[in-house]
Amino acid sequence: MADQESDETGALLNESAGRLFGSFDEKDIRAVEQGQWPDTAWAKVEEAGFPLALVSEAGGGFGIASAEAIALLRIAGYHAAPVPLAETMFANRLLSEAGFDVAEGPATVVVAESGAFALAKHGSDWRISGRAAGVPWARHAETIVLLVEHEGKSFVVRLKRGVASIAPAMSFANLPADDVAVDAEVAADDVRPAPASWTPQTLKAAFAALRVSEMAGALARVMEITVGYANERVQFGKPIGKQQAIQQQLAVLAGQAAACGGAADVASAAFDRLDVIAIAAAKVRAGEAASIAAPIAHQVHGAIGFTEEHRLHFFTRRLWGWRDECGSERYWSKVVGQAAIAAGAEGLWPFVVSVGAVQGA
Amino acid sequence: MSFFTFPNPPVSPEAEQLRGDVRAFLAEELKTMPPHRRAASWSGFDADFSRKMGQRGWIGMTWPKQYGGHERTSLERYVVLEEMLAAGAPVAAHWIADRQSGPLLLRFGTEEQRRSVLPRIAAGELFCCIGMSEPDSGSDLAAVRTRAEPVEGGFRVNGTKLWTTFGHRAHYMLLFCRTSGGPSDRHGGTSQLLVDLKTPGITIRPIVDLTGAKHFNEVVFEDVFVPSSALIGEMGNGWHQVTSELAYERSGPERFLSSFVLLAELVRVLREHPSEQATIAVGRLVSHFVVLRQLSRGVAWLLQNGRNPAQEAAVVKDLGALVEQEIPDIVRSLVEIEPGSERTAELARTLHYTVLAAPSFSLRGGTREILRGIIARGLGLR
Repeated sequence: MADQESDETGALLNESAGRLFGSFDEKDIRAVEQGQWPDTAWAKVEEAGFPLALVSEAGGGFGIASAEAIALLRIAGYHAAPVPLAETMFANRLLSEAGFDVAEGPATVVVAESGAFALAKHGSDWRISGRAAGVPWARHAETIVLLVEHEGKSFVVRLKRGVASIAPAMSFANLPADDVAVDAEVAADDVRPAPASWTPQTLKAAFAALRVSEMAGALARVMEITVGYANERVQFGKPIGKQQAIQQQLAVLAGQAAACGGAADVASAAFDRLDVIAIAAAKVRAGEAASIAAPIAHQVHGAIGFTEEHRLHFFTRRLWGWRDECGSERYWSKVVGQAAIAAGAEGLWPFVVSVGAVQGA
Repeated sequence: MSFFTFPNPPVSPEAEQLRGDVRAFLAEELKTMPPHRRAASWSGFDADFSRKMGQRGWIGMTWPKQYGGHERTSLERYVVLEEMLAAGAPVAAHWIADRQSGPLLLRFGTEEQRRSVLPRIAAGELFCCIGMSEPDSGSDLAAVRTRAEPVEGGFRVNGTKLWTTFGHRAHYMLLFCRTSGGPSDRHGGTSQLLVDLKTPGITIRPIVDLTGAKHFNEVVFEDVFVPSSALIGEMGNGWHQVTSELAYERSGPERFLSSFVLLAELVRVLREHPSEQATIAVGRLVSHFVVLRQLSRGVAWLLQNGRNPAQEAAVVKDLGALVEQEIPDIVRSLVEIEPGSERTAELARTLHYTVLAAPSFSLRGGTREILRGIIARGLGLR
């Protein structure tokens, strides 16, 4: 029964997410890409409660499965929603797992190499120092969450706005991806032991799982826009979608969109377990899907799709950017490949099956 | 938001328990079979092996017990299929009947046909072949010319079927033919017959393929009398029936695991000192398999729920064939295959077979171009 209720809540949430994200228009997306904070859009997202979707019911969430919560990001990706939803959902998950209250306002997470930040005891408080580049939405975040190792243990650190100094930069997708530097004292209350499952590697994988879901949504949208265009655009007296050469290309695009969707299902199901290999495989496949699909979408659109005015690039730029965020195909292929080769010839198939062992859970 | 549905199937504890039994069986049965022979996988024909599978209840798994089936779920069946394919088990003898002929008869066949044929298929004793392609009807199946002319008590069949896989070892053919009209009628006037291949007037001639194997055939019908009881489903409904049969044909994991034995052999050779390039390449391929399994299990789940996953099956087959076909060149890019090298000898033999077999991966069961046409139709483009 609980599962069924969770499913129904999930379906309702998806519906309201579709309505809300669909109400943001291209003006909103452009404003954010030019550096503005989307205050109206974000207020609506908060009002809907989405930032708490990955938090347990006791922590203020909806009591839905993580995979259902992550499905919201697929919808956000489909609409190129110009809000830091993945970042805030993830930050709140980390905060609540470490026993903090969830964040007020937008938040983000720093995914950095092990050792990029250091903690030192400073009386009863702490001193934190370090820097990271490409932290999504950092300049707008009320709370920045970090995972920092200290004497063999991991700690979740909460930085309130103003503690870190932030140099604005933009990502490939024209979204905020700032340099964050910190060398400051933080109160004892802002540093808590992380659950044992959180390491720099699992943190990166978990964030990657969210990106894969966003990618699946964006790619589904790219397919929809492109098929729609092929049915409308008339050349040689008929819609270009009637040409076999175009049809074959769109079929390839559809296959890649399906693969990216499958990857998102694998990654979402692996999120709670922090199954690094499963998420790694999903990120690799999603990245490849983006690399194959985006050029087809542009080819079919011709010159109009290469303009700033046309919305196609909102989605293709995000796909190109998200491929590299939270670990590229190259990065995660190495992780999967090492484990696969270690499994050996006889162990290879059992390894493949084990990666997907609890899919659908 | 999405043109195609790939559901996320639930975990099946029964299926996972079954997996252990299947692996133990395969470890025993295949222990003396070298990888380069296992690379043939579902093209490997071994009637004894099929009978042993029938004895274990692994053929016709989802069919009703009254027809010799075992009333297990599609996900359980999926486990048996994928374990067989990944290990390279010689499943060709029963594969076609289990995959498509049996399900077709269950859906459209007469009670007599079900009772007489299905239990023997499930026992691994009766093998079927597909009677679709012809000399002038390959991808264009509606151009079928083989004609079954209604006569007293049945049909008189004339025509030629081509590329009939294991026709020379099969007991029955599911013949797609024209019972009225001509090729210009396209989908109309076609029917399916269940033909006993011992019937007088049938000549089966093996055609050697480029790997040197005899697996496909030319099957010539000359004034062959087939009783009216052989009609499957309705007269004139052949097109509808044969397209459902094709959905079964395209739906399984054999559509992406054809080169898996080669990948395993690559890992065997790489294991001691894998380069970074090799590690990345293997990781990428494994990632593909993880996602292909996810999609393919979704297709199995659609079948379980009585849906027709023709579009989704075409997507998986198209994606799967690309991966199957790129594996040989990836192996070549990572390992120097030198004549006389002990270390790479078995990899070389497996590679050799797979290179030769690979062109068929995107031909059999519908060419890549036909599949993409089906996908385009699903996108509303045609």
